[in-house]
Amino acid sequence: MPDTPEKDSPALATRWPELIVAGTLLLLAVLVIIDSVRVGQGWADDGPKAGYFPFYIGIGLAAVSLALIAGQLRQWKQDERVFVQREEAAGVIAVAWPMVVFVVLIWPLGIYVASVILIFFFMRRHGHFAWWLCGAVAVGVPVMLFLVFERWFSVPLPKGPLEALFGY
Amino acid sequence: MDEITNLLGGFAVALTLPNLGYMLIGITLGVLIGVLPGLGGANGVAILLPLTFSMNPTSAIIMLSCIYWGALFGGAITSILFNIPGEPWSVATTFDGFPMAQQGRAAQALTTAFTSSFVGALIAVMLITFLAPLLAKFALKFGPAEMFGVQFLTFCSFVGMSKEPPMKTLAAMLLGFALATVGMDTITGTLRMTYGTQVLLKGFDFLIAVIGLFGIGEILLTMEEGLAFKCQSAKINPKVVWQTWIQLLKHWKTFLRATAIGCWMGITPGGATPASFMSYGMARRLSKDPDSFGKGAIEGVVAPETAAHAAGTSALLPMLTLGIPGSPTAAVLLGGLLIWGLQPGPLLFVEQKDFVWGLIASMYLGNIVGLLVVLTTVPWWAAILRIPFSVIAPVIIVVCAIGAYTVHSAMFDVVMMLVFGLFGYLFKKLKYPLAPLVLALVLGDMAETNFRQSMLSSQGSLSIFWSGGLVGTLMTLSLVLLLWPLLSKLLQSRAKPAQA
Repeated sequence: MPDTPEKDSPALATRWPELIVAGTLLLLAVLVIIDSVRVGQGWADDGPKAGYFPFYIGIGLAAVSLALIAGQLRQWKQDERVFVQREEAAGVIAVAWPMVVFVVLIWPLGIYVASVILIFFFMRRHGHFAWWLCGAVAVGVPVMLFLVFERWFSVPLPKGPLEALFGY
Repeated sequence: MDEITNLLGGFAVALTLPNLGYMLIGITLGVLIGVLPGLGGANGVAILLPLTFSMNPTSAIIMLSCIYWGALFGGAITSILFNIPGEPWSVATTFDGFPMAQQGRAAQALTTAFTSSFVGALIAVMLITFLAPLLAKFALKFGPAEMFGVQFLTFCSFVGMSKEPPMKTLAAMLLGFALATVGMDTITGTLRMTYGTQVLLKGFDFLIAVIGLFGIGEILLTMEEGLAFKCQSAKINPKVVWQTWIQLLKHWKTFLRATAIGCWMGITPGGATPASFMSYGMARRLSKDPDSFGKGAIEGVVAPETAAHAAGTSALLPMLTLGIPGSPTAAVLLGGLLIWGLQPGPLLFVEQKDFVWGLIASMYLGNIVGLLVVLTTVPWWAAILRIPFSVIAPVIIVVCAIGAYTVHSAMFDVVMMLVFGLFGYLFKKLKYPLAPLVLALVLGDMAETNFRQSMLSSQGSLSIFWSGGLVGTLMTLSLVLLLWPLLSKLLQSRAKPAQA
């Protein structure tokens, strides 16, 4: 991956994701500190209270994330590193959104039917395979998983209306 | 020689027909996991963990540890044939392995890689056989302060030895600790950081974190890079194997050095990945012909593979004896022990002799089986890699989701897997190390309990950590490692004006 931005592919600079991640860590640290103070970060008759350990973890995390933010801001202008090229970002988003839709679909449809949809979509969209091949793999893999988990190892997974039709 | 008798007893446990069967299944699944991008040792074992809940613990750990060996072997195949490291610890193997394959020496490179892995692992297992019982006996005398000292040392050595920026290592680690505190406090029963939500009661399970960070995060990364497989053909025949073995005998020094680096990095939780890089760098520096490195030098395959396997294997030593995993995969195995109702740590060697020695014996057998399996089935694995990523990616996503769901049978965990996946992607791109995060999440509760118990007995004075020779040494060493990045900078800036 080249470190210099190319003309035809505008890039996202690393400084923003750096700042966002460090900021998120700071936010989490504040949440930890607030709740540690709530349950008590001090010393009770029978020893340290429940918030004692997390309080100092929270303080540490806050300090480190502040240092990371400060470090990033100090070299804001000079930091020319590239986080992703636009086409790379497109590749990531292309796999990220079907993943989210898949997880959402598990609730109404169960994990097996959702898997059929995910695999079929992926193979058709990104692999450009023939319909019959997409269909065969998309149905075959979940059926195999069903046999392994529900039949052989008796591990129950989320099921929907289709499985109910077959009596599961 | 108690160890020999115990080990023979262990072989009797491991050599039963069902256990040999599980070994074979484990190795095969492991190689598959190692070969497929997006699935690795840690999350592969995490996903398959639920399948072992109903098995007896000995068979279960044999199968899981064999998955681990298989993944270690499998990573080399893709590195050499495709120039795509299937695992982070086989990145260094691509430097010389792929050039060898391009020159038509793929079979030789593969044989070298497998043999090196085997030798590294074998020496590390021998180390475990003789060192583990001693260490366990020693550790039986540890109190909470000493245990905390060891854990503290584990975490500080991450900061001191990591290649990533120290501040980011620290941030990842503290995040792991913070996530570990979520849920019910084990000592007082107070609910912490749940903010009144039901789903957070159980806290964050590190298995979900592992599946998300390593599995989903890896898929996102792989998509970004856009896969273009350029495969070199590979067929291994006995003649090539034999010739390579004879040639390898000349490199015994490289083997020894790499094993030493690997064992050291595995026991102190440096892990297999830094071990392989360090070993590669060392081999090149000490080689008579450093210019041949990167152009297909056989030592360039020996060094990283031996070290990676030695580190991966010896990471199990602190896990078994102290309950402190040396790598994320060891952490997952440790999680398995807890689920099967076994408390890892020194007492394991007293109370669960069959289990411990069965596992150690299976390490010997598993690596022999592994070597035979990979040597005979390479063309088959190479064929799997020709399946396009657009087919493999959705299947891996499905398998990860199933793995995440089965941990607690909760959909919330599947959603968390996606969140961890996003973080895994961001963390990897921004060079936050993932291993300290996972280990802190695993050890967080244990470290906290030890810390609070020590503080209880000292009435809140930190001086307890310097009250004895052992704990004092551990704590001082930890602080040196923690401040090492600062110290080395200071030393460098002092040295520079002196030179000028």
